[in-house]
Amino acid sequence: MVKPIATLRSASGVPTGRLALWWVIASEIVIFGGLLGSYLLHRLGHPEWSTYASHTNTWAGAFNTLVLLTSSLSAVLGHKAAEAGDGKKAAKMLMFTCLGGLTFLVVKGFEWTYEIQHGYTITANGFWSFYYTAAGLHGLHVIAGCIIMLFVAADARKNKELQRVELIGIYWHFVDLVWIFLFPLLYIAK
Amino acid sequence: MSSAAEPHGHETEAAHGGHHTNYVKIWGILVVLLVVSVTGPMLEIRIVTLLTAFGIAIVKAYLVAKYFMHLDIEKPFVVKLLVVCLGLMMLFFAATAPDIMKHWGANWRNESAKNANIPEAHHEAAPAHGEAAPAAAAPAPGAAPAR
Amino acid sequence: MAQSHAHDDHAHAHGNHHEEGWFLKYFWSTDHKMIAKQYLLTGMALGVIGAYFAYVFRMQAAFPNKPVPGYGLVTGADYNALVTNHGAIMIFWVAMPVLIAAFGNFLIPLMVGCDDMVFPRLNRLSYQIFLISAIVLAGSFFVEGGAFGGAWTSYPPLSAKAEYNLTPLGPTLWLAAVALEFVAFLLGGINFVTTAMNSRAPGMKAFDLPMAVWMIVIASILFMCSVGPLIAGAVMLMFDQTIGTGFFDPDRGGDPVLWQHLFWFFGHPEVYVVLLPPLGFVAEIITTFSRKRLFAYKTVLYTTIGTGVLSFFVWAHHQFIAGVDPRMSNVFSVTTVLISIPIAELCFVYIATLYAGSISFRVPMLWALAFIAEFLVGGVTGIFLGASGADIYFHDTYFVVAHFHYTFFPIAIIGTFAGVTYWYPKMFGRHMDETLGKIHFWVTIAGFNGIFIPLFILGAAGDHRRIFDYSNFPELASPELQAMRVFATVSLLVMLAVQPIFAWNFFRNMWKGKIAEANPWNANTLEWQCPSPPPHGNFNPMPEVYRGPYEYSHPGRADDFWPQNSPT
Repeated sequence: MVKPIATLRSASGVPTGRLALWWVIASEIVIFGGLLGSYLLHRLGHPEWSTYASHTNTWAGAFNTLVLLTSSLSAVLGHKAAEAGDGKKAAKMLMFTCLGGLTFLVVKGFEWTYEIQHGYTITANGFWSFYYTAAGLHGLHVIAGCIIMLFVAADARKNKELQRVELIGIYWHFVDLVWIFLFPLLYIAK
Repeated sequence: MSSAAEPHGHETEAAHGGHHTNYVKIWGILVVLLVVSVTGPMLEIRIVTLLTAFGIAIVKAYLVAKYFMHLDIEKPFVVKLLVVCLGLMMLFFAATAPDIMKHWGANWRNESAKNANIPEAHHEAAPAHGEAAPAAAAPAPGAAPAR
Repeated sequence: MAQSHAHDDHAHAHGNHHEEGWFLKYFWSTDHKMIAKQYLLTGMALGVIGAYFAYVFRMQAAFPNKPVPGYGLVTGADYNALVTNHGAIMIFWVAMPVLIAAFGNFLIPLMVGCDDMVFPRLNRLSYQIFLISAIVLAGSFFVEGGAFGGAWTSYPPLSAKAEYNLTPLGPTLWLAAVALEFVAFLLGGINFVTTAMNSRAPGMKAFDLPMAVWMIVIASILFMCSVGPLIAGAVMLMFDQTIGTGFFDPDRGGDPVLWQHLFWFFGHPEVYVVLLPPLGFVAEIITTFSRKRLFAYKTVLYTTIGTGVLSFFVWAHHQFIAGVDPRMSNVFSVTTVLISIPIAELCFVYIATLYAGSISFRVPMLWALAFIAEFLVGGVTGIFLGASGADIYFHDTYFVVAHFHYTFFPIAIIGTFAGVTYWYPKMFGRHMDETLGKIHFWVTIAGFNGIFIPLFILGAAGDHRRIFDYSNFPELASPELQAMRVFATVSLLVMLAVQPIFAWNFFRNMWKGKIAEANPWNANTLEWQCPSPPPHGNFNPMPEVYRGPYEYSHPGRADDFWPQNSPT
């Protein structure tokens, strides 16, 4: 589809796609902010929640942090390749990032299975409700990011729409950022 | 689209030049910080845990936002926008905290929230505070704070 | 994709337009003007439903326990569901889609001088999600237990547990509909903001934007920055309803007041989200029909931004009696009273714009002036409610109901009529009938005041808004008070009775009205410089901008207007 003239203009100095993405991220900040703010209010109001939190698996969380940080690196390397006009390399880097997202989800799957089997379900108590809701909302963003990344990578391989490599990268870094805060909130603070 | 991205693309590319070689180094710093944030709490000193957990999270977030999201070379209004959104969340937290974070105030106590979820607390609390127990057992008596 | 040929080339796209099938043209179009009309008509249809609900529950309040013609006997549960969904529909499915989405879609690309929204397909998706949300809401009336009846604010624990609200599915569907609607407007809002920021015509600086664009953009930004906590809250409440978590259940460590904070952190900026667009329409209309520059353009703009910022600091004034910390009540009282300053300033600026103008009382102008007058009453009565001490008495009485209808009716109904009558020639290329328009205007305004002035008095006398049959309350069931309730309801009937005139005027003149030229009102803004109705691609050639939007009666010019794109 041919883009309208409106899409091609850039009166603010930021390309249209990226400008829109910043607005998406701004509204995501308040979504996660509202949820994590609510969690923090309860967490500080309920000292006993730290005993519940002690059952989370720090090592799984730390491994997942490493996975996401690494996938962020490959996303930004993909952006670098896209800027140099190397669509094939950009696509490869995005696929690698996608693999990172997948690894993250698999680890989460094992972690949650173990926890649910041991009775720490979403209804067990307030801490676990927030644990599954916050990590679940984040997980949805990981899934959405992976799916979009596959489309962007398919285009990038044909050297089409290379600017989208940067956009999905920025989104992915944001998902990473959310996890950087979820990790201490849910795993380390005990 | 390319025509719109083009002029800016060149500009960013030139500006990015300085960072390109550094991405792996930034990642290395992030990993080191991650290791510190995991090992810090093992000392089991509360203040160290908080500092390593949340202080380092902020540093990590700063590095990712600055170098990976390229906020350092983005138009300043974008950074301001994101900071304003974070500020709004702090406002929300600060104005909500007096109600939600505490279970008692000048003229009210929220007994059910205070007593809920403490393991075995219900059994101990019942004989101790005669009035508190019914409040905790009653099915959510209206708004939480009992004046 | 099938519709892609419509976008092939703006020069000849109009020719292709007719080859599209009926479905592609009306339901799958990515053209911003078609999406605007979809939003407008859907919003108006839902407005009819919302008005019908109001009719039913006002009949019950005036003539308790008598079958309502066209509905039947109203039970207490029916009454609650009707009141709840009247509020939700009028705010989320009428004010939002019509004022922001319909006019935003129609006006922004035309007013900034480009051919479409920056993301046309995202725009289409936004409408489709909105339509689904409306269908989900309508569906909630037909599920087991009936529609949700826990008030449009959906406070837990009433909304969280089926044991309390007795509607096992209604609250969840209601919440899902609201959440979908938010998603639709997030997509739409991103589109509006990005279009206004990036797609301005060459030469158009930020201060050359018409006020309507500024207002819709600021409203979209307010929406995007405030809705997040409520989306998070909606997820939490839905988990409470469906899988039994205890986020808002004090017995399990949760806190119902948290929901109120999450809700009103969004809910109060939302008032300004819907207020700002009609304020923008009014600015366009009063300058055009008084042939004057807008008094103090930059002051209006900065005042609006100030209002937007301040609107984030007032939300807890909805919760003064919910048990919030009294020290916070003090703070929120002060900020609430403060916010009346910029709004009063805007009213003064508009009045100053009218001063010494050559005013012509065309129908849009009447609506615009009525907006200022009626909104003023709404604003002034808000002072009582913003003061935390007075609010303890007034809270949840009909005084509150009358107050916010004096703000919301001007916003959602008067603002819509002002916008529709002003831009109708541009939307459909034909004129509406002036005489019918004036009859409709005067009866609607008289009816509106007839409904809500008695409700102020009733509220001060102690009428509680959740009571569906006052005969159970001896001190409220006095004949005098009941007479006022009847008066309000009869006024509503009168007001509703003239709305078919508008519908006739609106739909008939799409085909039969007097043909409108490109610029029937001699206005300056860019949307009047393209044909009526604008073809696909809007402008040919694309305009360049040389001056601000309000250069009326410029000294030394033969014409009393000076279009933004006119080089000389």
